[in-house]
Amino acid sequence: MYETNFHKASTAQDAAALLAKSDDGKILAGGQTLIPTMKQRLAAPADLVDLSRAEALRGVTITKRKKMGIMKADGGETITIGAMTTHAEVAGNTELAQVCPVICGLAGNIGDPAVRHRGTIGGSVANNDPAADYPAALLALGATIHTNSRDIAAEDYFKGMFLTALDDMEIITAVSFQAPVVGGYGKFPNPASRYAMAGVFVAKSVDGEVRVSVTGAGDNGVYRHAGLEAALSADWSASAVDAVEVSADGLMSDLHGTAAYRANLIKVMAKRALA
Amino acid sequence: MKIAMIVNGKSVSREVSDNTLLVEYIRDHLRLTGTHVGCDTSQCGACVVHVDGQAIKSCTMLAASAEGAAVTTVEGLAKSKDDLHPMQVAFKENHGLQCGFCTPGMIMTATDMVARYQAQGKEITEDAIRHELEGNICRCTGYHNIVKSIADGASKMTTV
Repeated sequence: MYETNFHKASTAQDAAALLAKSDDGKILAGGQTLIPTMKQRLAAPADLVDLSRAEALRGVTITKRKKMGIMKADGGETITIGAMTTHAEVAGNTELAQVCPVICGLAGNIGDPAVRHRGTIGGSVANNDPAADYPAALLALGATIHTNSRDIAAEDYFKGMFLTALDDMEIITAVSFQAPVVGGYGKFPNPASRYAMAGVFVAKSVDGEVRVSVTGAGDNGVYRHAGLEAALSADWSASAVDAVEVSADGLMSDLHGTAAYRANLIKVMAKRALA
Repeated sequence: MKIAMIVNGKSVSREVSDNTLLVEYIRDHLRLTGTHVGCDTSQCGACVVHVDGQAIKSCTMLAASAEGAAVTTVEGLAKSKDDLHPMQVAFKENHGLQCGFCTPGMIMTATDMVARYQAQGKEITEDAIRHELEGNICRCTGYHNIVKSIADGASKMTTV
């Protein structure tokens, strides 16, 4: 690892001030991607601003929707997850599991237990790895990404492989979304890295809108699949996936699998998400 | 920069570079060489230690980030040479290792897993153990005796 200057910030505001003073500063969240990347000398920030003690950026809040006569929980709660909340904290949050179990299950299958103790949702979303899990969730849930300067709709945020709408000095503080009426996530993890070789997130919002996002397969990062969305809007079932044409165009081919293989995986994972 | 933390119950403070990894701090600065470096790429888990009670990969955390934390390494588990931690005894009795290189990480992952499962009142099944061992690689045993060791150690550990 090249030399770097380590700083600790206890708030997003402090972190922004420290970044502003550096020519080449980077936020250190959980470090589960950034530290390995720095060790390989693929990244060499002059300054690192560690947010691990920024307690205000941590935790999950759930705002219940007015029920208007509906007795049981059926989506619509507003869920806000602080950027520095770890995957383990999301996976193990019992209140969250009651209103949005799919996000807990997704978080509990990222990497391995030690990685989940450090890795954060903010770090994952800022990095936007084309095979990461959270981008698929946020896109399908119609989430909002909150930063120290503005709110960005997930639709406008994910710009392609490792690309986001974030400015250089911008820091993610939280993400928020409405609990779906029903949601599911099917992931075929790479046996070595546990990143998705194809991950499909399906969600039906309280307004009845169906969104389907795909991670790990597209050659330009996470994307929404119009064909699957149309099929599931008409018929929310695993069997509705059968008739959908999933093209291999624009999908990744690498040593782990061809584009055609991934196209097939998308259908299989969509069915698992609906199972 | 000077950083201070509590390692295995003792306060320690050392002068380190900003880019010193926690595992370098533990092995090279504190000379606690029970924690191993296997892959150095966050995959193998030989470097797992506990930071503030949670298992983490010490090759993937900066020492500076652990400033003020309580760190437990494999050296910190046994009360004495003759009074090993139940998980260490279980690995010994169940032949849960062959070359032993991965063992410190296996044991630190195992004790973290058992503590979590016991706190949540969850059953530690064979499937659960295998799932929890996702981030620990052993190239000798085929995992069978490691899984047996952890099940045995879990039955003798009381964390709650």
